[in-house]
Amino acid sequence: MKMLMNVPESVVGDALRGMAAAHPDLVVDVEGRVVVRRDAPVAGKVALVSGGGSGHEPLHGGFVGPGMLDAACPGEVFTSPVPDQMVRAAAAVDSGQGVLFLVKNYTGDVLNFQMAAELAEDEGVQVASVLVNDDVAVVDSTFTAGRRGTGATLFVEKLAGAAAEEGQPLDRVEALARQVVENSRSFGVALSACTTPSKGTPSFDLPAGELEFGVGIHGEPGRERRPMMTSREIADASVGAILDDWQPRGPVLALVNGMGATPLLELYGFNAEVQRVLAERGVPVARTLVGNYVTSLDMAGCSVTLCQADEETLRLWDAPVQTPGLRWGR
Amino acid sequence: MGRAGADARATVGALTCQDRLFARESTAPLPVPSPHPYLSSPQFVPYPYPYAYRRSQEQHVTETALDAALFIRWMQAAAALVDREAERLTELDSPIGDADHGSNLQRGFTSVAKALESEPPAAPGAVLTTAGRQLISTVGGASGPLYGTLLRRAGKALGDAPGVTAEELQAALRGGVDAVAQLGGSAVGDKTMLDALAPAVEALGTSFADAAEAAEKGAVDTTPLQARKGRASYLGERSIGHQDPGATSSALLFAALAEVTA
Repeated sequence: MKMLMNVPESVVGDALRGMAAAHPDLVVDVEGRVVVRRDAPVAGKVALVSGGGSGHEPLHGGFVGPGMLDAACPGEVFTSPVPDQMVRAAAAVDSGQGVLFLVKNYTGDVLNFQMAAELAEDEGVQVASVLVNDDVAVVDSTFTAGRRGTGATLFVEKLAGAAAEEGQPLDRVEALARQVVENSRSFGVALSACTTPSKGTPSFDLPAGELEFGVGIHGEPGRERRPMMTSREIADASVGAILDDWQPRGPVLALVNGMGATPLLELYGFNAEVQRVLAERGVPVARTLVGNYVTSLDMAGCSVTLCQADEETLRLWDAPVQTPGLRWGR
Repeated sequence: MGRAGADARATVGALTCQDRLFARESTAPLPVPSPHPYLSSPQFVPYPYPYAYRRSQEQHVTETALDAALFIRWMQAAAALVDREAERLTELDSPIGDADHGSNLQRGFTSVAKALESEPPAAPGAVLTTAGRQLISTVGGASGPLYGTLLRRAGKALGDAPGVTAEELQAALRGGVDAVAQLGGSAVGDKTMLDALAPAVEALGTSFADAAEAAEKGAVDTTPLQARKGRASYLGERSIGHQDPGATSSALLFAALAEVTA
């Protein structure tokens, strides 16, 4: 597999150097693997720190900036960051109002963030953590590591980020983040496997004419393999899987997300089908975001995330955000 | 949520994020993580392991004290084995994980070997805690905290004695394995590192070679199991038929121990 890189070992560092060059309003610690908004620590503001394996860009580094995250900690490709990174990030952005860790539910992320929280507290930083676990594809959660954190991470980071920017205190921002997680569900499919730089070949074998149904964002195979479906059928099945699990009360925010290698042309077409199913199922859509936001390297495919939205949610969603990955308002 | 250290917070108030990022060094000791919520769930199957601990006067391991130099050689041998087997570990991690177990552990053990070379600890316990700390800081993923906790917990149990017996090492490692089970909320049979670690630690009661053999067998025996923890668990039944990469790397640790004590 051809890849735009120098050597596999330097992929993450090279990307961070490139981010630093492209985004002067970020401070990028390439060596320490931390991306911070330049004006941090922001006086009187709760700081939001997230992180996870690389390969999901723009998540998380691309969501650092006013209105969203204060810092992000990128790990190696598909490998959670180490506690030292989060401790470093927390110390860099804490204004004294406390730090909220936003953690996707993967064993590695959970363990490393847990160790980091204890370390940061030893250093006098007040830390709260919220776990994102929105992926309904993981059904038998008693015998697995639990539902994975996927697309809802974007909603949590945006909405909690807006609340923090408004000056809400740590317990309120934490409660809001938790509520967003509870009110969000996702489902994804893959049309092709992804290729990690260190391995250089596709992470699993997906024959032409088949798709992975209920896929995660690390190249792990999905819930089951099905014969290839049309965009219309995928929308029916994906939204159906979400609504079988949970019925939103009232309008939703919808994220129609690309896995990295699916063109916007296809994603918009898929969004039309998603909106159709939601209309048929009586779910009003208040806001829609279409694009590659929570990706899985070069995997082709898509995911749908729905987040139940009340008036406060919409106000926070519409609030200004200035990050490399999301930018509106003001 | 701790509010301790409010004073420390006040003193850093004037620094920018840039000052803070590039002008500080953390010397804080690593805390022992709190137990995983799975522990209090009805699904948790607690110890004892199904592997009974057998010990008799006849089958007793050597009484010779193992010193820090031997522990350093152990970690170096482990680093060399991980280096040699990295590709295979990544290959095993590919169908049921995300194809990086080899490269992650390689990075971790390389830094362990480097740290032990630049400042060789004087006690076996310190060798293990140093190695554990390095793994936590460099590996990432679940393996970093899990391997790190295994070695740190064992190292702490050995304290600062300049020499330890095989029996003391066994007890210390047993504590480490318990800590891994707690942290990961897993038990033997879940298709994880524990499937190699637990039988190996029990077999340490007879000999280092037996421990290495038990670990290797435990790793191979994960093949027909269905994963219940970690990323492979998402595959459900599709995880059956693949040898667990974590159990495989755990066996390398005991292979290295057998190598340096042979």
